Amino acid sequence: MTTSRIKTNTLGLTREDYKGRPSTLCPGCGHDSISNQITSMAFELGLDQSKVIKMSGIGCSSKTPAYFLGRSHGFNTVHGRMPSVVTGATLANHDLTTVAVSGDGDTGSIGLGQYKHLIRRNVPMVYIIENNGVYGLTKGQFSATADEGQELKYYGRNELPAIDLALEAIIGGCTFVARSFSGDAKQVQALMKAAISHRGTAVIDIISPCVTFNNDDKSNKSYGYGKEHEIPLHEIFYFAPDYVEGKDEITLQNDYEGLIEVDMHNGAKVKLKKLDRDHDPRNRQQAIEVLESSHRDNIFLTGLIYYEEPRMTLNDTLRLTDTPLAQLPESKLRPSAEALKTLMEKFS
Amino acid sequence: MSAVNLADQTNLQPFNGEPIINDFAFTVATKNGSGSQTSNNVLVMSLFKMGIPVNGKNLFPSNIKGLPTWYTIRASKDGYTARKAITEIAVVMNQDTAAEDIKNLPVGGICIIPREWKWGQSRTDIIYYEIPVDEIVKNSEIDKAFKDRVGNMVYVGAVAQLFDIPLETIYDALLDNFNGKEKPAKMNFTIVQNAYKWTAENHTRRHPYRFAPMNATAGKIVITGNEASALGALFGGVTVVAWYPITPSTSLVDSIMDHKHIRKDPDHGGDTVAIVQAEDEIAAIGMIIGAGWAGARSMTATSGPGISLMAEFTGLAYYAEIPCVIWDVTRMGPSTGLPTRTSQGDILFTHFLGHGDSRQLVLLPGSVEECFEFGWRAFDISEHYQTPVFVLSDLDIGMNNWMAQPFAYPDQPMNRGKVLNAEELESFIQEKGNWGRYLDVDGDGIPYRTLPGTDHARSAWFARGTGHNEMAVYSERGDDWVRNMQRLHRKFEYARTTLPQPETDLKPGAKVGILSFGSNHDAIREARDWLRERDGIETDYMRVRALPLAQSVFDFVRNHDQVYVIENNFDGQLNQLLGIEYTDSRAHVKSMPLGDSLPMTPEWVYASIIGHRAGK
Ligand SMILES: Cc1ncc(C[n+]2csc(CCOP(=O)(O)OP(=O)(O)O)c2C)c(N)n1
Ligand code: SF4
Ligand SMILES: [Mg+2]
Repeated sequence: MTTSRIKTNTLGLTREDYKGRPSTLCPGCGHDSISNQITSMAFELGLDQSKVIKMSGIGCSSKTPAYFLGRSHGFNTVHGRMPSVVTGATLANHDLTTVAVSGDGDTGSIGLGQYKHLIRRNVPMVYIIENNGVYGLTKGQFSATADEGQELKYYGRNELPAIDLALEAIIGGCTFVARSFSGDAKQVQALMKAAISHRGTAVIDIISPCVTFNNDDKSNKSYGYGKEHEIPLHEIFYFAPDYVEGKDEITLQNDYEGLIEVDMHNGAKVKLKKLDRDHDPRNRQQAIEVLESSHRDNIFLTGLIYYEEPRMTLNDTLRLTDTPLAQLPESKLRPSAEALKTLMEKFS
Repeated sequence: MSAVNLADQTNLQPFNGEPIINDFAFTVATKNGSGSQTSNNVLVMSLFKMGIPVNGKNLFPSNIKGLPTWYTIRASKDGYTARKAITEIAVVMNQDTAAEDIKNLPVGGICIIPREWKWGQSRTDIIYYEIPVDEIVKNSEIDKAFKDRVGNMVYVGAVAQLFDIPLETIYDALLDNFNGKEKPAKMNFTIVQNAYKWTAENHTRRHPYRFAPMNATAGKIVITGNEASALGALFGGVTVVAWYPITPSTSLVDSIMDHKHIRKDPDHGGDTVAIVQAEDEIAAIGMIIGAGWAGARSMTATSGPGISLMAEFTGLAYYAEIPCVIWDVTRMGPSTGLPTRTSQGDILFTHFLGHGDSRQLVLLPGSVEECFEFGWRAFDISEHYQTPVFVLSDLDIGMNNWMAQPFAYPDQPMNRGKVLNAEELESFIQEKGNWGRYLDVDGDGIPYRTLPGTDHARSAWFARGTGHNEMAVYSERGDDWVRNMQRLHRKFEYARTTLPQPETDLKPGAKVGILSFGSNHDAIREARDWLRERDGIETDYMRVRALPLAQSVFDFVRNHDQVYVIENNFDGQLNQLLGIEYTDSRAHVKSMPLGDSLPMTPEWVYASIIGHRAGK
């Protein structure tokens, strides 16, 4: 037997144990590579799948939670309304870790309201937008993230300006906002690991080409375009809370000039190594400028765009008891007969 | 109406005939937002304190300030609480409606009206009592800053004097109203006293109406349906509430907030109820579905327009089999309709809510006691059946004050339904070989579920609104679909036998049956007494308390020569539902829908039945 060669994580599980069912998306769809990254991320972090919920709306992208983390509870909700379902689920049980997938149609059109309100409430979760500029599942209509001037074979030319979901997130008060490219597996991985360590809503807007309806090299949501034009803002390194220098594979010289270090809530560290541009994701103005310049200059900047010390989560603001509400025993759910009697006297 | 002819009492002679005691009604006509609510509450509570059965109803406009509003107060020694079509007394405090309010008075009626209006006495067959409202306020020794807020206390004083409500009782009611705070109670009481005194000195009593102490309210409470529902939910263990404000449901959630302190975790001090004001009703229902899926007892409260927005999501919850409770405090109308007027117009819509084939469970409380009971029971039903439960109260029950028995403590422990924790799942798999989210192991259509967070490698399942098989795996196979729908149907049929069964009042030999639900109860009860007393018509009565309809409803219809289906909507929706479910001849069934946006009156019920019989 050669099983000894199979790599296992801290829970003694293999990567195979983090997979879901076989994908039914078009071969080559960008969304599949993101599912793969989620699988790898969870495996490498040694996530306890029973504590993870995988959530989505409706769309090709929203189908994908079935294709990863087969041992996690999942909920494929309704179009554009996944945020509210996550809000309720995490109110019921604040111990759950949420990995959610949405599409640009799901988030940018029908779900824009819930997206903004989720962010406003700072519901802790990883919110992945698989952004292909079209509605894949309904056969290739423009989505609201399609750029002005973009052309599609059937639907012609888009004359309307794009909604930038990363920008909406920052403006809406999101404390972790990233953009990436599904063709850049390494960056997607690192960002997801950082996002899952964040105590608040963490948005990752990932350009994820639809090979069937929007993969012409001229389209800035295509593989060809992404591969050619992606400009990462930094090289990103994620260090798990239990990282020991030398033991793990990642190494990074700490004396690098302009190194930005972010301490995550759970003890993890994210280190950003400067590349060609100066960008400090802790600066809101700079973050907004990165996104605006992307549109203005038609460039494809990726990486951790904005980060802020998380503010109170929705659960924090409600001043709830520490036991997850879903696990409270009947004795704490139903006041006594005496309590009812006292109340009744107030109404007599 | 009272049989006494009072026309000759409208001169200035004191009344010296037979008094009418504790059996008449008032209409108080004011402007919305003028603070009359306090005055009206104080009058109702004073009568309650005198031991007199009383009911107050607010008939108010969709407006914050300025539009006409009416409050009816009915005292009934026999304990009838329905709204009366005609009230003997009008307190006319709004010039905009005064002409109409006076016109509506019956012969011998009483009009209490501000003297400074110099309205004149257009009718000679009613009694006028003019009261110098402004002058009484002006001459009262209270802080100037408050003078324009206490004008409505003048009519409280005049009414107390004219109809014999002891001043001490009024003061007690004022104190209660201000939560025991003496300062505002005293200030208002000053006006009451001065108005009382002025009335005593300047008016001779020319009418037969009197209040006299009774002993019919001892041990009773006065409460609105929305408060009752809120308390029910708190005793039912609600843990997640998500909502979006809409009349007439708002005070239900407000009341959960007011009372949630009774649910503080004694060990930690934190709350055990999370209340979130959502951005709209779609988000509200999404939140409670997420919460129900994750193991919370979750609920929302809304009204028609909110229900419309919840259609897609409740279809999902029906099909993915997620528990949650939705209160629809029904108001009148398609679209925005008459937002502050009552209705029973949502029963078909909620019962069938969701696209495709879906039949939702609906509870129909008919009293504040039932609002409390269904408040907690709805969670048991929802978790037992793993499905949304709609509770249809209405504006009349929800927002008006009702006299009731103190609520009975839940007589059953909580039913959390078929939920497997890690150990139970392990033994389930050991025993049965397998667990699948939608497998019908027990033959009742109700499968076993696990909650997110269950620490077991095989506990996970994928909730979805798409086609799925018993293992919760995506499926577009026709046979999987049909099997699943058949199981849902089994669940629904099982619910028919276990949901709150109809309440019946059967009289020996009665050939006429009345079928109804909800807040119509009091009007029907009184009308039945009139039918018996005035016309010798004995009736049986069945009040439906849940959908799907119980078998006994069909038996009731079958066993009567004539059945009247009485409901407060325009289209006769309960009757339509009967048409779907009852397959025998319904030639003897007469639909009697009202739907005029007001609480039903016994006069209407009586006249409709008598009219129908006369036409036969
Ligand atoms: C209420 C509602 N309206 C319309 C649809 C049809 N629909 C399904 S997926 C989709 C668009 C999905 O686009 P996107 O979120 O970008 O996902 P993609 O398929 O591109 O990954 C639409 C409009 C629906 N499912 N529900
Ligand atoms: S249609 Fe586009 S988005 Fe959908 S699966 Fe195919 S490639 Fe992916
Ligand atoms: Mg898309």
